[in-house]
Amino acid sequence: MSNRFKSRYDDDINLFEGRWHLAQYALLIALLLAAPWLLGVYYLGELTAVLIWSLAGLGLMLISGHTGQVSLGHAAFMAIGAFTNLALMMRGWHFIPALLASAVTSGVLGAIISRPILRMSGIYLAIATLALSIIIEDLSILAEPITGGVAGLFAPPIDLFGLTIDRYSSPKAFYYLCLTVLVIVTLGYLNLLRSASGRSFLAVRDSEVSARALGVNVTRAKTLSFALSCAMTGLAGALYAHLAQAVNYESFLVLISITLLLQVVIGGLGSVHGAFFGAIVVVLLPQSIAMLRDFLNNTAGISIAAYPGMDTALFALLILLMVIYEPRGLYGVWFKVRTWLQLFPLYRKGMFRRTRTYLKTERQR
Amino acid sequence: MSLLQVKDLSISFGGVKAVDGVSFDVEPGEVFTLVGPNGAGKSTIFNLISRLYEPGGGRIIFDGEDITGRPAHDVAGLGIARTFQNIELFDHSSVLQNLLIGRHCRRDTRWFEELFFLPKVRRSEREHRRQVEEVIDFLDLAAYRDKLIAGLPYGVRKVVEIARALSSEPKLILLDEPASGLSVEETQNMAWWIEDMQKDLGLTVLMVEHDMSLVSRVSNRVLAVAEGRPLAMGTAAEVQADPKVIEAYLGTEETA
Repeated sequence: MSNRFKSRYDDDINLFEGRWHLAQYALLIALLLAAPWLLGVYYLGELTAVLIWSLAGLGLMLISGHTGQVSLGHAAFMAIGAFTNLALMMRGWHFIPALLASAVTSGVLGAIISRPILRMSGIYLAIATLALSIIIEDLSILAEPITGGVAGLFAPPIDLFGLTIDRYSSPKAFYYLCLTVLVIVTLGYLNLLRSASGRSFLAVRDSEVSARALGVNVTRAKTLSFALSCAMTGLAGALYAHLAQAVNYESFLVLISITLLLQVVIGGLGSVHGAFFGAIVVVLLPQSIAMLRDFLNNTAGISIAAYPGMDTALFALLILLMVIYEPRGLYGVWFKVRTWLQLFPLYRKGMFRRTRTYLKTERQR
Repeated sequence: MSLLQVKDLSISFGGVKAVDGVSFDVEPGEVFTLVGPNGAGKSTIFNLISRLYEPGGGRIIFDGEDITGRPAHDVAGLGIARTFQNIELFDHSSVLQNLLIGRHCRRDTRWFEELFFLPKVRRSEREHRRQVEEVIDFLDLAAYRDKLIAGLPYGVRKVVEIARALSSEPKLILLDEPASGLSVEETQNMAWWIEDMQKDLGLTVLMVEHDMSLVSRVSNRVLAVAEGRPLAMGTAAEVQADPKVIEAYLGTEETA
């Protein structure tokens, strides 16, 4: 059992709780840096996808997990990020400014859209954001000069520090690029969470009325959160465009928005870890199902390929189980395991028993 | 000069006049209590003062400034903090985090500075934490500092809500039924804390409370309201003895 004595305010402010905590993350980063030598090209591609979905998930986590506003429209901002990046690069922009432009465009558009949309809450907000997902599909066809219409756009290779980075010819470089962006964004996210703005987001999530009474400008907090959320998702969209090599109106369907929301729910709403855990599930689950299918077919002769939609059904089942048994998501599971290890052998069974909670939504807004 | 002046305040919801021409002044450093039967409009007056409701008529003047047109999120910065009747804490955060949100109106950093956690942000965070620790010491909450609100007993939550209000360095604190749901012992402690707030911190307290023993013990002046209208003002004993107040609580003999 470990006891941490805090003797300075910085003990609470710092990102890492101590040397051991820092060492754990250093090890994780070291593993991620070594990954191109540990994994084959195919799995490196999968890991890159995990990184990109983590980034998109972080975006949604900020608005849904930390500010409490559900969004079913985040694929739209991935699309805006992707098309902005590719369209600018085709007009001769360098990759870095084009990537920043993706974030800024998605963020600014998000801020504008959030004004009318975030006046709603609960199910109405979900419907309004769902509409965004549907509109973007038509817009990507209609805005042909930018988006390339029905055919879409192809991703040009990235020139960076004298290297030509391409998902297929230089997968390692592309992987490191995604990792760098993700680490920078995650640090910014954590910084925000440990200062006044991040706390105001949590306040808006848990009780709008007392947030307002404590001096939080609720409209402003929601707008800022939505804009930053969209900017992160836009970045993810831009990287995704380079991963997929080609994007068109079919790349960012409603299903992507829903998958993103599932990702943060499975991962654990309201935790940064959750976005990463969720991304691992979202990317690797279809793979595992495919592997299971082949395994069953080869060993037991059972062919489940005859049942299309199997992975979607399994995915849905997983969500159901998660919501019923572990509403705090994979992060909740991880948190319990960690506590068990820390307290060993003093862990008590009832420690995380859930108490009945009531929705505060309609009481006083 | 009075710290808070409420002049002819009124609001109606549909056809119901919840508050109808209420006026009172709160002097600096006093404990002023609103009493009245359920539905008298006491909490509505609180919500009007903290600008959560838009008044139908009348004016609210705080520290010489007319705040009737100010948005709700400006009120805390001016120096009015409040608690709620049904505790409105941030359940999924720790006590410390809750108190730090209480300091939101004193923030001096912008979000893009926070994004990079500039040295300025760190300095500001340290200062916020120092201030919050003083409140924790004052209300004896050190044992609960890192606990989540969701796991705390009711009585402690009441105190945390007051602590959160105090963290914003207010001049006037509005306490909406601070003793409701508390045991006799906890009500005793609450009375001490209200006295300490008045004497040690020099705060002005405006309170809604039903527990007359607490009201008599801490209040300098009491205003009784019923059906949105003021009935009687004076010391706790005077108000309790007022025939109109007794009538409002118990009804008259003829109508019985």
